[in-house]
Amino acid sequence: MSTENTPRRPSLAAKAALVEQLETQAGDVGRLYERPTSQWRLAARRFRERRSGMIGLGIVATLLLVALFAPVIAPYEPTEILIGKEDVTRRSPPCVHVLGCSEDQPQHILGVDGNVRDVFSRIVYGSRVSLRLGFFTVTLALVVGTTLGAIAGYRGGWLDNGIMRIMDVVLGFPALLLAIAIVAVLGPGLTNALIAIAIVTLPQYARVVRSQVLALKESDYVAASKALGSSGARVLFRRIIPNALTPLVVLATLGIATAILEAAGLSFLGLGAQPPTPEWGAMLAEERNQVFTSPHLVFFPGLAIMITVLGFNLMGDGLRDALDPTLNA
Amino acid sequence: MDEPLVRVRGLVKRFPVKGGLLQRTVAHVDAVAGVDLDIPRGQTVGLVGESGCGKTTLGRMLVRLLEPTAGTIRFDGTDVTRLAGKDLLAFRRRAQIIFQDPFGSLDPRAQVGEQIAEGLQIHGIGDRDERRQRVGEMLELVGLKRDHAGRYPHEFSGGQRQRIGIARALILRPDFVVADEPVSALDVSVQAQVLNLLRDLQSELDLTVLFVAHNLSVVEHVADTVAVMYLGRIVEITDRDTLYRRPLHPYTEALLSAIPIPDPDRPRNRRILQGEIPSPLDPPAGCHFHPRCPIAEQGRCDVDRPELLPAPGVPTHLVACHLRTDRAATV
Repeated sequence: MSTENTPRRPSLAAKAALVEQLETQAGDVGRLYERPTSQWRLAARRFRERRSGMIGLGIVATLLLVALFAPVIAPYEPTEILIGKEDVTRRSPPCVHVLGCSEDQPQHILGVDGNVRDVFSRIVYGSRVSLRLGFFTVTLALVVGTTLGAIAGYRGGWLDNGIMRIMDVVLGFPALLLAIAIVAVLGPGLTNALIAIAIVTLPQYARVVRSQVLALKESDYVAASKALGSSGARVLFRRIIPNALTPLVVLATLGIATAILEAAGLSFLGLGAQPPTPEWGAMLAEERNQVFTSPHLVFFPGLAIMITVLGFNLMGDGLRDALDPTLNA
Repeated sequence: MDEPLVRVRGLVKRFPVKGGLLQRTVAHVDAVAGVDLDIPRGQTVGLVGESGCGKTTLGRMLVRLLEPTAGTIRFDGTDVTRLAGKDLLAFRRRAQIIFQDPFGSLDPRAQVGEQIAEGLQIHGIGDRDERRQRVGEMLELVGLKRDHAGRYPHEFSGGQRQRIGIARALILRPDFVVADEPVSALDVSVQAQVLNLLRDLQSELDLTVLFVAHNLSVVEHVADTVAVMYLGRIVEITDRDTLYRRPLHPYTEALLSAIPIPDPDRPRNRRILQGEIPSPLDPPAGCHFHPRCPIAEQGRCDVDRPELLPAPGVPTHLVACHLRTDRAATV
């Protein structure tokens, strides 16, 4: 029956037809692949086919735009106290004109906080703090962790043992507890929170890189490179690390989410961002006693954290699927 | 004749076996247990044996990818066993290796042109344009196209990848190449193409080759001299025609009888070996082959290890077997 033969996904059939047409036109299958495709390009193609990953990418891209254009988007300065400037009171609820809030009231779409500051503006500016912190933390952990892991895996022996046992010790503590301890030593503040979170997450990167290096250094192409006369550094940086990069990309993306979450946690405890910095965790902490009287003051910063973490996690999962087709989870 | 290009004497590679909770060394394996081998200039020496007999280990030691535990490797008159630094780099330019697995031997993230050019880059030969030119010539020499240089390994078939591996090994114009089972991973139809390519390149570039394989018919096709390895030792070595027509070692006989002959009417008198290859962890006393040998003599073969000696009357035919050197002597 012809209906049985009708493909369920017409887009695939259309693609197949197009390929066939191109093949016959070219008369040579090889010509279809005239443009060399690197592994990264193939991965990008696979990534585009996953919906959740693309949603994650959309969220992250939106966040980046918000952070970049914060002064344009936010109607107020994030630290601007509105007493005496506008007719508003502390912790007044959201007022959105199109939703029926009277036109003579100043519009604060997410309400006003306990210090009479516009919550929307603070959340918009908060994206700058969180994203910057996420990127810097992960970059720091990635660079140091990769270096340590690569040295441990490539050199082996006592150096490997030494580095990895230290990593095991770090990994042995609950992450937030250790971060609190580090901040307690360094003193509270955003930069110190960043360093603390980087130290806490560093062993993950070191471990992944080490295991990759251990596997790859036995490969034939590394042997071939050595036989040609490559130095140890050349083998490591030209042959091993580029091939160890895929799991790192995934780990780093997911790591940004973790870092943002932990930073929010530290700020909530008063050890990260200090007032009046518009940090989402700190915003939660400031108004935590008003959960029942003014729920919007904790709801919106919490939502911002959730969406950000979700975005990075979705993107990370999509990247994992795209970069490692064998994992198919 | 002057000294052979490669002269190996008493070469040993001993690997530690780790075990237990603390990963202590509990035993040793002699993957290569004392090998003497001469590879004359411009010739191809075939090295055959079962998997695990140490032929790959031997090949990798010859290009200094593995450090020998004992013994010496002389290359073109100089001892290269313990070279390091600049001297090792100079040696690497003259001795290259072709790998077995066409999928594992190319870096999946680098363009093939970059990988082929790596040797030139390391040894500081030419500028960018000259290197590109050389890579293009090399690609054409191995039967690929110039513009393949910009592609990635996954865009090629197994046979094409092996050609790329050959191009990478030969771009430095080495004198000596170890071909470590270069065709075992390929389809039979592609094997012939790659073998012919290797043979053509050998005469064109005046290469000396150690051709490692477990397939005797492949070796017959390419080698001038054939060495048979068993459990880390060479048990028989002679020129190709003699080995295939008049093998002396019972192990060689068994290997040769295992080659399928495409003639259904021909009576088959295959000699099927009993048992497995013994563990090199605990090699049998005396002749390593005696537990599987059809002609082993009790009280002699299981006690005394035979040396690799010339078969009397045929000084170029070396064999490690008490009985065969005896018999030849008495005849």
